[in-house]
Amino acid sequence: MRWPVSLIVGAAFSVVFAALALISFLWTPYDVDVLSIPDRMQAPSGAHWLGTDHLGRDIASMLMVGARTSIAVAIAAVGIGMGVGVPLGLWAAARRGGLLDEVIMRGNDLIFAFPSILIAILITALAGPSVWNAILAIGIFNIPVFARLSRGAALSLWSREFIMAARVAGKGAVHISAEHILPNIANLLIVQGTIQFSVGILVEAALSYVGLGAQPPLPSWGRMLADAQTLISIAPHMALFPGLAIVICVLGLNLMGDGLRDLFDPKLKQGRV
Amino acid sequence: MRAPRSGDQVLIYLGRRFVSLCLTLVVASILIFGIIEVLPGDPAAFMLGINAQPEAVEALRDQLGLNQSLIARYFDWVGGLLIGDFGQSYTYRVPVAELIGDRIWVSLPLALYALVLSTAIAFPIGILAALRRGGVADYGVMGLTQLGIAIPNFWFAMFLVLIFAIQWRIFPAGGFVGWEDPVAGLMGLTLPAIALALPQASILARIMRSALIETLDEDYIRTARAKGQSRRGVIWHHALRNAMIPVLTIIGLQFSFLLAGAIIIENVFYLPGLGRLLFQAITQRDLIVVEGAVMLLVFSVVVVTFAVDMAYALVDPRLRR
Repeated sequence: MRWPVSLIVGAAFSVVFAALALISFLWTPYDVDVLSIPDRMQAPSGAHWLGTDHLGRDIASMLMVGARTSIAVAIAAVGIGMGVGVPLGLWAAARRGGLLDEVIMRGNDLIFAFPSILIAILITALAGPSVWNAILAIGIFNIPVFARLSRGAALSLWSREFIMAARVAGKGAVHISAEHILPNIANLLIVQGTIQFSVGILVEAALSYVGLGAQPPLPSWGRMLADAQTLISIAPHMALFPGLAIVICVLGLNLMGDGLRDLFDPKLKQGRV
Repeated sequence: MRAPRSGDQVLIYLGRRFVSLCLTLVVASILIFGIIEVLPGDPAAFMLGINAQPEAVEALRDQLGLNQSLIARYFDWVGGLLIGDFGQSYTYRVPVAELIGDRIWVSLPLALYALVLSTAIAFPIGILAALRRGGVADYGVMGLTQLGIAIPNFWFAMFLVLIFAIQWRIFPAGGFVGWEDPVAGLMGLTLPAIALALPQASILARIMRSALIETLDEDYIRTARAKGQSRRGVIWHHALRNAMIPVLTIIGLQFSFLLAGAIIIENVFYLPGLGRLLFQAITQRDLIVVEGAVMLLVFSVVVVTFAVDMAYALVDPRLRR
């Protein structure tokens, strides 16, 4: 079997970021909690590879620790989306055409009417800004994505012979959904999970940038960009590197998603979006 | 028994969609009201400051209608919304409708400007990639759009400001002068609109490409070619027209992304739009403004989605089922 190039490149990018985040627990070039005003806004050099920020903190170290925030938020948000959305979608498919199906799907439409930034704004109004806020907002936004996907995929499976056989054998809807349908839609869910992961990283950065997500002193790529904004003409490197980190990480995840899709279903390759 | 005419079917379909639109709006209004109203923090106490007398706070609560039951307040609010009365801002002491009305003239043109830009960029490059499938142009477009999707628009916006406003001084770096001078107004919205349009154009170009590739593979395209129609004629008359269906959906969906995205981008450019109003209102606990603005945004998302559905039913008879 030939592995798609996009999968190899994308996975490599993603693994590098995951590794940097993990290493940051044990070691970073500098301590991100220590401010050193005399060293502030230094351009990249041998001592500070990516320069320092307005408080003299090492940007490379900040990016490593910030990767943790981004990855943790995105994983938790995908977890919420899958954990709630997939059972709902499977349930709706098992009761297709019924009242429950209708209620679940209209509920999805309702969530779709709230862009994630609006959910985040409402939660912030309710509970104040925090990183949990970002997780919840992105997670809620992910629910209808997974519910629709799993409902659609499950619907086409319910008319297949092997499901009929299971029904004839007397298995209930929950049993069939868990044992026969879920394994057959797992590929789709993994691909979508990768894509929602990258969306989560972008949205977390945006929420933290406007102050609705991660709060100082927790380093986050979005917050670093917010700090860099007013200083961009004096210290453009402060804005350049966190942005590049987001781009490379998101690009890697998207390439990985494309690659996984090609791997699971080569027929889709031509018309892929 | 006569079969229902297709006109009836369209009406039934639109009727059902309309009912679901109204239901969505009602539930959304209950949700928004519920979330905001159970919030800790008394707007009356906030308005009067920490040294206020309890009697004064109580009097103001009465005046603001905060002492009525939750249900009465909900119906007051919704009843007001229906006639365009969004209530009175707690901090600005002016009607919320007035506040929102001022700000919408920044946010809405910005979202529309971005939508036009996104479409104008996406169509040609998407079509080019589809027609040159597998070629250099196709790989170039696919690579660039992959990058465009990954770039956070607010980060892109910062560098647009650095290059086009600070270095070259072609566009203003931020702020908005109003529409008295339409050219200056448009100049002020150009960089934000470009930043907003970038990821959307990338997504749209990829949808355009895949939709066109799919239709070009259809049998009727081969038939049209076999009948002697030119390649160009087939692309214009048959392929593009049919490829537009998925493309139109995405354009409809993008409008809501652009409105929401405008909330973030307004922060980069210090634009006095709905987004900045929302953030100010949240920090000042001016909850009635938050309620009104969020409801309006949700309303526009739902209505645009409905309009796209309606356009479909008219274009594609298969969807009227």
